[in-house]
Amino acid sequence: MQKLESRHINVHYGTTQALKDINIGIDANTVTALIGPSGCGKSTYLRLFNRMNDLIDGIKIEGQIFVDGKDIYEKGTNVDSLRKNTGMVFQKPNPFPKTIFENVAYGLRVNGITDQKFIEERVETSIQQVVLWDEVKDKLKKSAFELSGGQQQRLCIARALAIQPSIILMDEPTSALDPISTAKIEELIHELKTKYTIVIVTHNMQQAARVSDHTAFFYLGELVEFGITKEIFTNPKREKTQNYITGRFG
Amino acid sequence: MNHFESELELLKADFVKQWEAVHLQLKSAMRALSSMNKDTAKEILSQEVKINELDLKIEKNCENIIALYNPVAIDLRFILSVIKINSSLERAGDIAARVAKFVIKSGDDFYSDLITKTNALVMFEEACELLKDTLVAFQNNDSQKAREIFKRDEYINEINKTAFLNVIDSIKENPEEIEKYLKMLSLVRRIEKAGDISKNIAEEIIFYLEAKVLRHKGK
Repeated sequence: MQKLESRHINVHYGTTQALKDINIGIDANTVTALIGPSGCGKSTYLRLFNRMNDLIDGIKIEGQIFVDGKDIYEKGTNVDSLRKNTGMVFQKPNPFPKTIFENVAYGLRVNGITDQKFIEERVETSIQQVVLWDEVKDKLKKSAFELSGGQQQRLCIARALAIQPSIILMDEPTSALDPISTAKIEELIHELKTKYTIVIVTHNMQQAARVSDHTAFFYLGELVEFGITKEIFTNPKREKTQNYITGRFG
Repeated sequence: MNHFESELELLKADFVKQWEAVHLQLKSAMRALSSMNKDTAKEILSQEVKINELDLKIEKNCENIIALYNPVAIDLRFILSVIKINSSLERAGDIAARVAKFVIKSGDDFYSDLITKTNALVMFEEACELLKDTLVAFQNNDSQKAREIFKRDEYINEINKTAFLNVIDSIKENPEEIEKYLKMLSLVRRIEKAGDISKNIAEEIIFYLEAKVLRHKGK
């Protein structure tokens, strides 16, 4: 059984069709990169896995999305539980206006955990997982806004990990970061995939090539090609993919 | 044409120029050998410097393109093929230079007879044709033409085998000239190597066009 799977997914925003019959299967503990020009539907596709699109007015979703073999768009799906299992990291770091410690503890507290010792342990573990502990251990009570952009983004990943999801969705997680912070996040993605299934949207083709096991190329709402990243970047099967990754598009 | 494509075109222009120059060097070496013309041989050695200079320039440009443009897919295969073929061309240029040195140092009637007896010039002619046809295959993106090179290289190998046996027989008949015969064998081997180089180049053209690796595999 695959960790994530979409079957015949069609998404409409009003009269505009954003995704057309998308079928993809994603194995557990892999990194899948979604690439394609702006407006191709890759972020819409990413947000299907934690039902973030549900919040958009006028959206119509057809088809099935399976997480661990269960259709998450079926009636009766517990969306809170789904989102607890699915951490999400966005383009710009978005720490809460709270202390570094409370940012990471937040998810635990809203899930009803009150055991302070447990929370402290989980916060430390999560921050260590994103290799931020040595940089912040002496200032946990300071505002998260005092951290650099790269540190804030790693803090946001730590916040996502604290509630122990099995899936991490990343929507252009390094586009606002400098090369050193980007390299740290990419290294982190490599480490995290041993425990999590990661889907990442990126405009940086070299990043997709570096961090992912599989790559899906979207264009105008269609899945043009999905395959092993090494093959996509050395010998893509479709001419459209080749034109896009070699910068000869349009 | 975008900036990257312009860079690729500039590289390709130098590359084709090198290919043509090396082909000309081999043709000149063949002519020098057939008439034992030392002046032609000296001209080959003077041209060798230009071949080496262009070899370094092409290699540097490949390095720059990889560093600056991060080529992928067919562009990456193109650059990798250019690096390998460029190195092969430089080796083919060396062969022309070695033949030229042979003509300058050893050119005499003894070898003229042996060259005829071993069919060395037939081999050389075919090796030159093979190199020219690899360039045609590359310029026309013609992997079928590249594949034909493999068969034609076998013809050169056959002549080489017969030449070897002929020279061995000659050594038996005339053992006091063994040193000269061994020099001739070495020369014939070099010419045979020129055919192998075209075969290697054909493999790289197929890799560039079809993403198939044929090295170390039956063709």
